[in-house]
Amino acid sequence: MAEFVMPSLGADMEAGTLIAWLKKPGEKVSRGEIIAEIDTDKGVIEVECFTSGVIEKLLVEPGAEVPVGTLLAIIREDGEAVAAEAPPAAPQQERIKISPLARKTAESLGVDPARIEGTGPGGRITQEDIERAAAAKSAAPPPDQSDPAARMRQAIAAAMARSKREIPHYYLGTSIDMTSRLEWMAAENLKRTVEKRLIHGVLLIDAVAKALKKFPDFNGWWTDGRFVQSPEINVGVAISLRGGGLVAPAILSADRLSVDQLMEAFRDLVQRARSGRLRSSELTGPTITVTSLGEQGVESVYGIIYPPQVALVGFGRIAERPWAVDGMLGVRSVMQASLAADHRVTDGHRGGLFLAEIARLLSEPATPSTD
Amino acid sequence: MERDSLRQLVIAKLTGIAPEVDPESIIPDQDLRSQIDLDSMDFLNFVIALSRELGLDIPESDYSKLSTLDSSVDYLSDRLASPPGQ
Repeated sequence: MAEFVMPSLGADMEAGTLIAWLKKPGEKVSRGEIIAEIDTDKGVIEVECFTSGVIEKLLVEPGAEVPVGTLLAIIREDGEAVAAEAPPAAPQQERIKISPLARKTAESLGVDPARIEGTGPGGRITQEDIERAAAAKSAAPPPDQSDPAARMRQAIAAAMARSKREIPHYYLGTSIDMTSRLEWMAAENLKRTVEKRLIHGVLLIDAVAKALKKFPDFNGWWTDGRFVQSPEINVGVAISLRGGGLVAPAILSADRLSVDQLMEAFRDLVQRARSGRLRSSELTGPTITVTSLGEQGVESVYGIIYPPQVALVGFGRIAERPWAVDGMLGVRSVMQASLAADHRVTDGHRGGLFLAEIARLLSEPATPSTD
Repeated sequence: MERDSLRQLVIAKLTGIAPEVDPESIIPDQDLRSQIDLDSMDFLNFVIALSRELGLDIPESDYSKLSTLDSSVDYLSDRLASPPGQ
């Protein structure tokens, strides 16, 4: 039997509310099929099934808010025999690592240890963690849980604070001559109907995805004290939401998509992010994040890595600049690019090579593949 | 199509992309992208929506003519008044 639990859809997520089951007990499900809708700080998320089989039991009722990791359903996997009637499984919760003294302090200060991230050995919650949480609790008013924007801001605050606390960032920047690539895109768009046209943001995602194939040490997560390289290149894209806040869902297997497929995937992702219809795999899957603030007039972006990822690539605006080519000064379309990377995983030398590869891909006249 | 109808159409397409925008608050001669905070994807969707609704092919080289509400109405009005191919 496979356990279907409340997924963690980001480093900042502690709990989610089950909105609806899309399957009933006894119904068949396929891997990747959406079986539930969950309300989170990032909006309503469609949760996909990770295995194929038959729904054996649904253990949580719609409307219930439960912590990450809570058992929601049991799935009988393909090939498994029907289970004998068994008592319903109790919702499972991860054991909290905390000393008796810290637990006692938590009780006296009214702090819930389940909501604290331990900084002690092996993630153990320390006395200091409890005192820090109590101080934060008294200093900051709780967010209005009915206000999605306030909840999202709180979630972003938690993730970004954790990133700056835990990840030793290093930053590198470079200037990229985008002229040839933009000329290629303009020529392409001239041949296309408006529905099929490209925007330059998709070229940036394409370049990062392709560069990661040569530099896989920027593609993955820092987990349990070590770097875990991802076999898939899932580029998270920072998307600002019209009501405030942002999400960074992934374009899955971005390196395998043509630029047209990337454009379609990007358009779909933006539309669903802004209407609150993302899928769980898009939030759990990013292996790196790309953010572009050029359209806001920003020259350079020095971002904060989204944990547990280990790198973020930022792009600024494209501006006409004096630029020397073959000893001749000309006017070119130039963009600033930056890399924020985790020094526990890579060093500046490696980061420089990765950024140079992105720059090479974006500045060379060769065209990205289209369909 | 009358200019007033075109204006309402442009506003409807903009508020379809940015539903939080009060149509009355759009300043007709100010840049739409900065006024409504449209990014490239939003703007492309705006152009697609106009193109589909009016049956016009709007080339990328004409995007600058859709920069404000007034200029969008002027541009679309001219295009609709011109015989196809001109």
